[in-house]
Amino acid sequence: MKSEFKESIEKAVNNANLTGALGKFSEAYKVNRTRAYEGIDFEALRTVIAERKSYAAGHLDQMATDFTRNAEALGARVFRTSDPEKVKEYILKIARDNGVKTVVKSKSMATEEIHLNSYLEKAGIEVGETDLGEWIIQLAGQTPSHMVMPAIHMTKEEVSDLFSKEIHERLTTDIPQLVEVARRELRSKFLAADMGITGGNIAVAETGSIVLVTNEGNARMVTTLPKIHIALVGIEKFVEKFADVVPVLDALPRSATAQLLTSYVSIITGPAPNTDGSTKELHIILMDNRRTEMAADPKFKQALQCIRCGSCLNVCPVFRLVGGHVFGKIYTGGIGTILTAWFDELKKSEEIQGLCIQCGNCKEICPAKIDIPELIMEIRRRLVQKEGLPTLQKAIYSVVNNRRLFHGMLRAASIAGKPFASGKFLRHLPLFLADLTDGRSLPAIAAEPFRDRFKKIKQSKCTEKAVFYAGCLIDFAYPEMGEALVKILNKAGIEVVFPEEQTCCGAPARYSGAYEVAAKNAVDNIKALLSEEVQHVISACPTCTVALSHEFISTFESLGQTEWLPKAKELAEKTVDFSTLVKKLVDEGRLTLKEGKKLGKITYHDSCHLKRTLRVSAEPRELLQKAGFELAEMFECDSCCGMGGSYSIKLPEISAPILQRKLQNIKATGAPVVAMDCPGCVMQIRGGIDQDGADIRVRHTVELLAEQLEG
Amino acid sequence: MYEQFKVRAEGVGAELHRFRTRGEALGFIRNFLQEDIAGDPQSSAVWAPGPFLDDIDTVRLGREIPGLKFDVSRQTAADAKIGISEMGWALADTGSLVADQSAVEQRLASTLPAIHIALIGTDRVLPDKTAVFSRITPATSRYIAFITGPSRTADIERVLTIGVHGPKRLVIIFVDEMEGVSA
Repeated sequence: MKSEFKESIEKAVNNANLTGALGKFSEAYKVNRTRAYEGIDFEALRTVIAERKSYAAGHLDQMATDFTRNAEALGARVFRTSDPEKVKEYILKIARDNGVKTVVKSKSMATEEIHLNSYLEKAGIEVGETDLGEWIIQLAGQTPSHMVMPAIHMTKEEVSDLFSKEIHERLTTDIPQLVEVARRELRSKFLAADMGITGGNIAVAETGSIVLVTNEGNARMVTTLPKIHIALVGIEKFVEKFADVVPVLDALPRSATAQLLTSYVSIITGPAPNTDGSTKELHIILMDNRRTEMAADPKFKQALQCIRCGSCLNVCPVFRLVGGHVFGKIYTGGIGTILTAWFDELKKSEEIQGLCIQCGNCKEICPAKIDIPELIMEIRRRLVQKEGLPTLQKAIYSVVNNRRLFHGMLRAASIAGKPFASGKFLRHLPLFLADLTDGRSLPAIAAEPFRDRFKKIKQSKCTEKAVFYAGCLIDFAYPEMGEALVKILNKAGIEVVFPEEQTCCGAPARYSGAYEVAAKNAVDNIKALLSEEVQHVISACPTCTVALSHEFISTFESLGQTEWLPKAKELAEKTVDFSTLVKKLVDEGRLTLKEGKKLGKITYHDSCHLKRTLRVSAEPRELLQKAGFELAEMFECDSCCGMGGSYSIKLPEISAPILQRKLQNIKATGAPVVAMDCPGCVMQIRGGIDQDGADIRVRHTVELLAEQLEG
Repeated sequence: MYEQFKVRAEGVGAELHRFRTRGEALGFIRNFLQEDIAGDPQSSAVWAPGPFLDDIDTVRLGREIPGLKFDVSRQTAADAKIGISEMGWALADTGSLVADQSAVEQRLASTLPAIHIALIGTDRVLPDKTAVFSRITPATSRYIAFITGPSRTADIERVLTIGVHGPKRLVIIFVDEMEGVSA
């Protein structure tokens, strides 16, 4: 039986309206966002935001105290509570005390977080959402699918049906006409409402101000027309100073909707006059709901820097396929996964954290500098710590942690002929994958792994040596890539050393949250790779390179293990990826590529770890062009291919359409060759091209360059 | 800076007009109102108080243009097709107008009618938000409003649609000599 979660994914990826709307939006978003940030130093801006928000998150109690004092001095009433139930009771009490029958709301995620609408409605109070998107989903009885664009999953036909039912009149699907209906219908609600409820995009401690950012103008009505205004603010919205509002306002509209500024920004400080001359009854509720706990957590504190722009959703290759509903009822996407783990409960994030493919796109564009992928990894780690690994995974990792057994099984798989024919363990080994998924063929395990072939390679003795870290895929599936690498380094006068004790880099375990396993892998590899005094440790797999140069260290740090840290740092210093080293050798004149060759068109796929963790993207392109290829860039060249290690086995229904998008972009260039620097990407894309039947060769840069060496 | 403001504001759908004197600006508004509301007994406009009106005989102006009201209330603003109000600053980098709208008339006139005519002195253009933030004091300006173009939404199929809850048109009138007499 399929789980509810898997069913929701299937429903989403097969919803053409949803994937179409999200896909189109995500493509336009990238271009428009870049334009909106023209002339702005984004790194500098987000550094300021991160610093200011981090300061507030580190002083939540002081922020709340100052805010309360300053807002109350001007006549606002401030209620501070950690308990969502108390929030609801407080609002209901004010409503009852004032005989409130109807409430109008402007968009507020905090009210969604505590399910305020249904609570008030149960108490007999009519609650009307007034943000157009929120009103649509309220009429449809749904929950928002996106933090900024709540109804992005719905078509104009669906909206027309909903509105027609609401006003008992058959409407067309003309969007301006539908918007006009909303204007008319909601106008009377604004004028009749007894109470207005808003959220708050920013709360300023120094002045007791609430800042509301909207486009439609509904928040201006909600805060002007009813006599009572309640602002429900999560305490992560604090900034210390009034001037801190500026950087947040610089980034929020640009990152959210690629606007320089939204149509309306309202800064409300204490109660202003009502339309009848009386003074507004202004209540500001400062809601904690585990935010203080989050602030006390050294890892998760940074999540409180979030300004809720939703840009992590907009650039996520997974989100654009599945939309928000798969993530649950409230907060969605990358940051939503983290907020759900905290504001709801860790257990609830168990399935949704698995949606993250760790491509790193969101980290690049987050205006609050939150390392979302890292925090999702931390959720995984804590889940494993708390719940333990599933039995099968535990068994797998016990194999991976025993190199001889692990490699023995990989060899057995090749002898068995058919790649994944036998044995429960083997079928689920990390990277060497089970059940052929739709739309992609998997490679057979090589008859002779690289470690055996290496012994047969004749190398001349050189004074300079480099240790080669092959990684499982090159060792056991693509040994020819390893041979190509040896050939290239030998040409440059570098002798390659292959320590036999090297084993899995631990990435599969780490990405599953099994840090203890990853740490054991790290220790084994450090011992093996530092056994020989060499200048470089080279890898032709970016994921392995990242493991060696970054993750061994962070895995030890996460676990509080210090014993191997110095050695891990020593290894990290020596580790280099293939293209970076080879580019250097070419620049130094130690390696010459054949001159004047015309090798035709090529397109290049950026692997996630190479581009966004190792920051390498120009080097392989320059090398390939130097070799004689004519580079034709594909659309979204640095978008994930959908491999993500074992992601493609765990969530094939998401991985497959991500791959299809990549294949389309490759094909659209008309290039007969696509190059990349990652054997995992080769496996994914080559498998996809094979099933697709397109006449395109999928090659690792190392293979292409080895064919073009001079002399 | 005015030129930059113009590009940015028009880029988000605002309409811009610039006049040398208040008299010329008033002439434009008079024509605008006469064309838009005077012929239609159902149509009306509200004009929120502000320095622009200081030496203008509003009683006479009200008689001249039937439907123009200087009493801005919940009802008159909700009924009005046009709302006129004055703004405090204009921000060149985003094409935004900023005003202290603590007085409820200012909010009503710029929120409820379908057309908002915003009056501002040309010398009130500032480079950016930072400049305006150093000039406003939240404790005394309880409702600070930033207005950038007309009301908009893209909540149905991401199609940009102008005029959902707030004004469908934002007509910005710059006056070079705001201090001078109106006539």
